Amino acid sequence: MPGIFVSEACQFEGCNFMTIRVRLFASLSEQWQIDQKTIQLKEGQTVAAVWREITGESLPDSILMAVNMEYARPDTPVKAGDEVAFFPPVTGG
Amino acid sequence: MTVQLKPKPFDPFRLLLQYQESRLAPGSYGATASFIGTMRDFNQGDSVKRLFLEHYPGMTERELEKIIAEARQRWAFLEALVAHRVGDIFPGEPIVLVVVWSVHRGPAFDACRYIMEALKSRAPFWKKEKLPHKERWVSNDENLQN
Repeated sequence: MPGIFVSEACQFEGCNFMTIRVRLFASLSEQWQIDQKTIQLKEGQTVAAVWREITGESLPDSILMAVNMEYARPDTPVKAGDEVAFFPPVTGG
Repeated sequence: MTVQLKPKPFDPFRLLLQYQESRLAPGSYGATASFIGTMRDFNQGDSVKRLFLEHYPGMTERELEKIIAEARQRWAFLEALVAHRVGDIFPGEPIVLVVVWSVHRGPAFDACRYIMEALKSRAPFWKKEKLPHKERWVSNDENLQN
């Protein structure tokens, strides 16, 4: 029955959950002790919701984010199979 | 147009020459502008022993390719090469090389500067410094000034 066993239920058509791969880099990865993680999220959610799901907090202004390796914004929608990344301002060069 | 991420130390002058000989016909270009960034042994008043450069495999290359494509929209140049270290880096070692070849000097100078500045503000790289008694992530504000 959908809703009871979420991960199993999501293998069937009409399920309301999607699988998202989340990646954290640099200081964020250390702070949250997460390198990469797969999560289940209700469909129709945004990047900000992914952050809330993994940290339990709202998304700070200073953090950069990407969906499928393209820069994104907190209100960028996510879909099943997406890779969502969060990282601090960059310091290359 | 080429982007190279280098997990090991590299010689930017040799790379420039090899790339030039393999990609550009002699006589076709009149200007070569290059920038090399090298690791210092000091930052913010502290002695720095080592640097660790983290990146986002896949996105880093893609972002650098985008930056070169943007530069091509703005300036007419013949070739561009960006090489950037990742992993452990020691003082005196080159971190980044940007080279642009063009017919005249204007596009080479301008595109080289543009690519380097865009790399600094957008390409997903993060520096962690190893100081004598601790480690710290470099902040974006200070990195943009240096």
